[in-house]
Amino acid sequence: MSAALQVDAAGRLRHFLDVEGLKRQQLVEIMDTAESFAGVADRSVKKVPLLRGMTVVNLFFEPSTRTRTTFELAAKRLSADVLNLNVSTSATTKGESLLDTLRNLEAMHADMFVVRHAASGAAHFVARHAAPHVGVINAGDGCHAHPTQAMLDMFTIRRVKGEFTPLTVAIVGDILHSRVARSQIHALNTLGVRSVRVIAPKTLLPPRVEQLGVEVHHDIAAGVRDADVIITLRLQRERMDGRLLPSKHEYFQRYGLTEAALASARADAIVMHPGPINRGVELDSGTADGPRSVILQQVTHGIAIRMAVISMVMASHTGAAAS
Amino acid sequence: MSAALDADALLEQLATGLGQWLAACRRPDPVMVGIHTGGAWIAERLHPRLGFREPLGRLDINFYRDDFTRIGLHPQVRPTRLPFEIDGRHIVLVDDILHTGRTVRAALNELFDYGRPASVALAVLIDRGGRELPIAAAVAGTTLALPPEHHVKLTGPEPLALAYVERGGGREGERP
Repeated sequence: MSAALQVDAAGRLRHFLDVEGLKRQQLVEIMDTAESFAGVADRSVKKVPLLRGMTVVNLFFEPSTRTRTTFELAAKRLSADVLNLNVSTSATTKGESLLDTLRNLEAMHADMFVVRHAASGAAHFVARHAAPHVGVINAGDGCHAHPTQAMLDMFTIRRVKGEFTPLTVAIVGDILHSRVARSQIHALNTLGVRSVRVIAPKTLLPPRVEQLGVEVHHDIAAGVRDADVIITLRLQRERMDGRLLPSKHEYFQRYGLTEAALASARADAIVMHPGPINRGVELDSGTADGPRSVILQQVTHGIAIRMAVISMVMASHTGAAAS
Repeated sequence: MSAALDADALLEQLATGLGQWLAACRRPDPVMVGIHTGGAWIAERLHPRLGFREPLGRLDINFYRDDFTRIGLHPQVRPTRLPFEIDGRHIVLVDDILHTGRTVRAALNELFDYGRPASVALAVLIDRGGRELPIAAAVAGTTLALPPEHHVKLTGPEPLALAYVERGGGREGERP
């Protein structure tokens, strides 16, 4: 459903809702475009005039600091005007009120919505109902997808490792509730890595997870053996209440990433985390701040990836097709 | 239709002309910047011949074009690389074909986002006329007076070749 909604007849991104359904070449194009934006941050004037006069609305129905600020910075570095709306909402989608919000923002001549919502499919819903000239980017919907996070992770891996095909990537943590993991698994498999592993207790794995194209491990030392990339996931506080996990201390004992656990990984393995990190839960401080950690590079790359996606989606909504 | 254009011969004329111009204007320690793609190809050939101290800079002006809202993003934008400080420097900007002047306008805007150069001079392989902005080349390999619907296209990088093409309504900046 995403593919038809987010890609137009010419193969351009009309919206960016999900990594699933995009082709390898489209993911590479996003990373190549991000590469050309990465240099903008090193200049004395850290912005380009590409989207001058356009308005990007950050429509956040769920709290976020990093994702919202990097989207804001990305839009500003493209010279767009940015409106940040933090809309409090109940857990269920109130279709009518969301549509009313959209119509009001469209009446203010918004050109793009960046949507985060606790309900899976919210960004797709917005994309289906937005005016034809408006582009929509998914900044995280429920347990479904977080495509810009996945792409900034892919961009980080590419910048450090170069090629995807020889890589073994291990994803550790709450796969069940993680929209980040879901998007990462699709992206890694589309880019053709050698293998994707997930490491988690059974209670934090979705049923039939193997069908996503992953190898399942329940032991961290075995799971990270010979891995080139280890991605740790955030453990949401509400998951630590004892229903799915005995305690966060026990979780750290069995699934926390430490230098000892990393011993079986490749010597040049890198450690990633989408943030914000819970020190002493998903990984210890030595690992988070250690030489293998690329966690802060991920944050920097998030700006370039979001500049790329915003400009590509905006470009597909401009008048004539590119000559 | 005009006679065939010899890219190598025009490059020789441009190299000679630019060498004389640099000697005459006495700007200290100039740097060279080529505009992607054709201008960078020309600059790569000029740069080693004219005794520049700093490495060659490359500019991709696609984020500075004035037609984004009409034709969108170029599918292959290359990173701009300026391996030197811009502030206070004398810059020789190189492009292949000078037509409306819009590409050079975009390049100037981008350069000034990196710093404040002491001066910018333009060197082009061909000035084919048809300016829409007050922009002029300091040195050109040759100057032509082409009707608006006629264009010159440079292909490369190896070998460099020039060809006449005819297309309606095409403009500089709408690079195919």
